[in-house]
Amino acid sequence: MISDLFSMTVLVGILASGIRLATPYLYASIGETFSQRSGVLNLGVEGQMLLGAFAAFYVALTTENLWFGVLAAIVVGGLMGLAMAFVTINLHAEQGISGIGFYLFGLGLSDLLFQKMLGTVETVKGFPKVHIPVLSDIPVVGEIFFRQNVLVYIALALVPLAWFVLNKTTLGLKIRAVGENPEAADSLGVSVARIRYFTVVLGGIMSGVAGASLSIALLNVFQQNLTSGLGFIAVALVYFGAWRPWGVLAGALLFSLINSLQLWVQVLGIPIPSDIAVMMPYILTILVLVLTVSRVRPPSALTKSFERGD
Amino acid sequence: MAFRIRTEQRVEVPKWLPTATSIGSVIIAFILGGVIFKIVGGKPLQALSFFYQAVFGNWGVFSDTLVKATPLIIIGVACAVAFKMRLWNIGAEGQFYAGAFGASLVVLVPLVPLDSPKVLVIGMMMLMGMIFGGIWGFIPGYLKAKYKVNEIITTLMLNYIIINWNNFWIFDQWSDRGFQMTATFDRVAWLPRLADYAKEVKAFSGVTLHLGVIFGIIAAIIVWWIFRYSRWGYEIKLIGDNPNAARYAGIDISKNIILVMAFSGALAGLAGMSEISGVVHRLQESISPGYGFTGIIVAWLAKLNPFTIIPVSVLFAGLIVAGREIQPTGLSFLLQGIILFLLISSDVLIRYKIRLVRVDKETE
Repeated sequence: MISDLFSMTVLVGILASGIRLATPYLYASIGETFSQRSGVLNLGVEGQMLLGAFAAFYVALTTENLWFGVLAAIVVGGLMGLAMAFVTINLHAEQGISGIGFYLFGLGLSDLLFQKMLGTVETVKGFPKVHIPVLSDIPVVGEIFFRQNVLVYIALALVPLAWFVLNKTTLGLKIRAVGENPEAADSLGVSVARIRYFTVVLGGIMSGVAGASLSIALLNVFQQNLTSGLGFIAVALVYFGAWRPWGVLAGALLFSLINSLQLWVQVLGIPIPSDIAVMMPYILTILVLVLTVSRVRPPSALTKSFERGD
Repeated sequence: MAFRIRTEQRVEVPKWLPTATSIGSVIIAFILGGVIFKIVGGKPLQALSFFYQAVFGNWGVFSDTLVKATPLIIIGVACAVAFKMRLWNIGAEGQFYAGAFGASLVVLVPLVPLDSPKVLVIGMMMLMGMIFGGIWGFIPGYLKAKYKVNEIITTLMLNYIIINWNNFWIFDQWSDRGFQMTATFDRVAWLPRLADYAKEVKAFSGVTLHLGVIFGIIAAIIVWWIFRYSRWGYEIKLIGDNPNAARYAGIDISKNIILVMAFSGALAGLAGMSEISGVVHRLQESISPGYGFTGIIVAWLAKLNPFTIIPVSVLFAGLIVAGREIQPTGLSFLLQGIILFLLISSDVLIRYKIRLVRVDKETE
């Protein structure tokens, strides 16, 4: 039974679906990395994802254009990000608490809109798999990496891009400065508020797209509480990845591969209690936080609001 | 002539202002929620009447509302303790499940013979619920005190760990004939309900209100007392308001982080015990419709005052009960979100005076 797992087809299947399942985490966590690097813990990702997922699904269903769906998710996620930015930056709200408010708001509103505008669970024809010429024909590797839908490719491309922006550009330098020492950044003429508005709205947009990647590329349905905690995990992944895009990628793959493995274990009827397997990444996240504590430090100003002294 | 909005930090906050902003937030949230509900094609006035029925209607419905308010009161108080010290315990949901698991052990192992007196079984369940919830609060407390690991993330992770842990036992080990729940507990493990006394008092017939609500009220009184009169409460408040001053005063902050998180977790665990012993009477999946998160909003709306938490819990429980009638249930979460959003915004009114001032051209 267990040996079934180690056949080539199954292993390739596990890896391919693992990469696919990592997309919602990647979008949301990369966005959250920017927010947290600038000092804002956006705990409302889950709510932003839910509204993005609904918007994308509804628009894709009615216009029959998937890209309009993605655009809707970007707009909705961006608006939610804007609200989050206003609450944390202008009103100096406690970030952990306001995030829970945004979670409940998104959970409630997406359910309300779903019930009133759709009523039943429908399916949409999501983004198809795109076979990349030549590369998709490489045995094993081709099947795992190069026969995915377009949102998967974009998500993977965002990782080096995010790394580059954060570490090699002036904007990235400003973001990190604002997150480490907002007073110093301010005295050097960097607008703390403007940088944080940028990162939090960006985070909202990315969370919206993360929702879209679920509802119109991965699952192709919308229902109540579609994300069921993915957004909260995305926030934790930023800690797991030590605020670095490549670390976030590793964390996202770990979570999604275990999920994918567990799905296959169920399909093959192997008697491993899946609930125990699903617990592992959460335990591992806590362990990683504890073990890396001496080497990795969160951005100094994380969760601290900044008030400009006159 | 030009005007400018100017904000000044308030030196003294009028006593009535925080209450006024809380009540105002709820009223405006209801109006906004109603407008949104109307726009998407719902009937807001009918929804409001369901809500009115749930809170002020007949005994039967009101008792349902109180049953839903019970875990919210206990969790609200649990969150208030942690929040006073500015510890962001987002894990009440998990501590609730941990408490439910601990209490279930008493019956399912069983830890005491099930022909023992009810007092012993219930007492043991309370103890185990609080121990397990307490452990689930201790872990993030210890990790924060010892390794400075952010408690928001660890409490979140622990929520998922315990829910999957419970599912493992419910699905794999204690499943009742393959259903996703354990067998119903023996009656000795049920908290007394008013309905149990229907023979003596006719009005109690069918009233599901159980003893758990008394746990909530006692928890509120104890926490109020701690903050009002005890040295520990003073230390917690001082650490929350000014950690540097607390350190200079020689207060052991690490010890208090651990104690407060464990205490907060133990209370949330008691809520889990009360729910399975008073309402569900078995361990099963999804015993909480997000009580752990709603409890956070309850505590915040009550400005962390243990007694205010009681009426606020009834209000939110009314929303949950009304949500069953209104459909979709999402409306109640939406309102909770809007209330919290407005509440946070209104904090600005408490901290600052906002004035419209005339700006002279020359001085600009």
